[in-house]
Amino acid sequence: MTGQATGDMAVSYSRQPSVRGRFFTAKRFVTPVLVVLVLGILLLWLSSLQLDSIERRTLNIDYIINRTREHLGLTIVASALVAVLAIPLGIALSRTRSKVVRGIVLGVANVGQATPAVGVIILLAIVWQTGYTTALMALVIYSFLPVLRNTLIGLQQVDESVRESARGMGMTPNQVLLHVELPLAVPVILAGLRTSLVFCVGVATIATFINAGGLGDMIVNGLKLQRYPVLITGAVLVACIALLIDWVAGIAEDLLRPRGT
Amino acid sequence: MPKTPDTAIIQIARNTSGARIVLDHVTKSYANQPVAAVEDFSMTAEPGELIMFVGPSGCGKTTTMKMINRIIEPTSGSISIDGRDVLSLNPHELRRHIGYVIQQIGLFPHMTIAENIAVVPKLLGWSKNAIGDRIDELLTTVELNPRDFAHRYPKQLSGGQQQRVGVARALAADPPVMLMDEPFGATDPITREKLQAEFLRLQDSLGKTIIFVTHDFDEAVRLGDRIAVLSDRSQIEQFDTPANILASPANDYVASFIGHGAAIKRLTLIPVTDAVLGPVSESSGGPITVCDTDTLRDALDSLVLTGLAALTVVDEARRPIGSISVDRISAVLGADVATPTVQASRP
Repeated sequence: MTGQATGDMAVSYSRQPSVRGRFFTAKRFVTPVLVVLVLGILLLWLSSLQLDSIERRTLNIDYIINRTREHLGLTIVASALVAVLAIPLGIALSRTRSKVVRGIVLGVANVGQATPAVGVIILLAIVWQTGYTTALMALVIYSFLPVLRNTLIGLQQVDESVRESARGMGMTPNQVLLHVELPLAVPVILAGLRTSLVFCVGVATIATFINAGGLGDMIVNGLKLQRYPVLITGAVLVACIALLIDWVAGIAEDLLRPRGT
Repeated sequence: MPKTPDTAIIQIARNTSGARIVLDHVTKSYANQPVAAVEDFSMTAEPGELIMFVGPSGCGKTTTMKMINRIIEPTSGSISIDGRDVLSLNPHELRRHIGYVIQQIGLFPHMTIAENIAVVPKLLGWSKNAIGDRIDELLTTVELNPRDFAHRYPKQLSGGQQQRVGVARALAADPPVMLMDEPFGATDPITREKLQAEFLRLQDSLGKTIIFVTHDFDEAVRLGDRIAVLSDRSQIEQFDTPANILASPANDYVASFIGHGAAIKRLTLIPVTDAVLGPVSESSGGPITVCDTDTLRDALDSLVLTGLAALTVVDEARRPIGSISVDRISAVLGADVATPTVQASRP
């Protein structure tokens, strides 16, 4: 065990050993170790190079932190918007009996995801405006479906007998949703959100095309100016962010999964 | 949701030891089906009575039961509990005062056993202390140690233990009426028999009015005060005590449902002491005796096993009080058959 904090958490989970399994396993630490390793190698490689003035303008700590902040900002705000919009819509959709309504909404969300993100973002920029808001909107459209679909599926997969006994015990439909269906759907909804987050990290790189910043700036500049250290740094950073976000989301999934399931 | 239930529900809830349930010309039909699922069903369950609905799959017995707590709404007819029209009450508040146990149990997997049992008391706004005491009391009643089980999750329990929790959960708010839909159907024969025996003991002390749905006629004979044998569209073929149904089935349908060995099944219902015991001297003695708390079926079993003409019957202190033979057992059945029985007429 590592340190006091993790020790305490391990104790609080060890109460249900046969249901939850061990929380801190060696597998848990593979991702952060890998990321640290890759970033270390990148740093070593960059410091061995003679950087010209163009490269120095981008490969400095302030520039990288700013681009990373923009990138993370876009990703997190977009995912938060998706969560706020898609989860309630998914709940509403699961309440409707109409297959037509469900089909239409899922179809629209499907189109959002199936259309190439570059196309969506550029079309939006042409008909509307360039900049942050447009990029945000394109990201929301693109990563809407996984959360919507998983909310719907998560609620539908709740055992019919569990739902019936909840009803039979005198819970109102809202109480069934709040105390039974939603808690049991949490793992599936979170899995959808995790997929969305990772989508967003990747797709946020094209925000650069409409002047919305992010690590895409480094990738595109590196390509256009044939400065491969810049290009590679941008690409590796995006990959590392995606890995780390996926890792954090995985931990959140395990922490928020209802006990006993 | 208003927190104050109407007075009719309070009156139903106050009577915790069995209520009279009356179903009057109840029909359920579905728009897309030409034949009704339940047609013109009328029945009265007396307070404290354990009524078994027996019939083949799809005969409408479960639908009939589920109309009592309005999980399914009847198309026409009326249902009342203790004289109060169920259909005019708030369905959610009504259900909090009707215990409900289903075959799949339906425990909430994300809640501990204690939390599962606490659901209805919480909905009714009981205090924390009252709920805690009730959980301990109920777990003890269904023979699960509260210290060991209260904080486990359903997945950590065996099927039989889960079903006990299901029964405890249904009893949580001490409802006057219990609806049970094949509660022991999914358990293995040994567990089932144990659960049935426990359930009978429980019902002896609680005296709830229970509607119990099963397709197992033997279970119906074992548990029921009265049995309703149902055919398609939930038509009552016969509604009578187990002994009377076994002794004189109303028609071929009921007879076919009883199956072979009706006489043997009847013997399970009759205590040895109902027979006219012979003198102790008739028995040739031996190590195997029949206890006076046994049924005639146990006595027959011992007779067949030993091959003797008669066995000694002993009381609880193991003092011989008489003897029993196959002839004497048959005589009891003969007397029973001669009794006139009330039979439901076919529509």
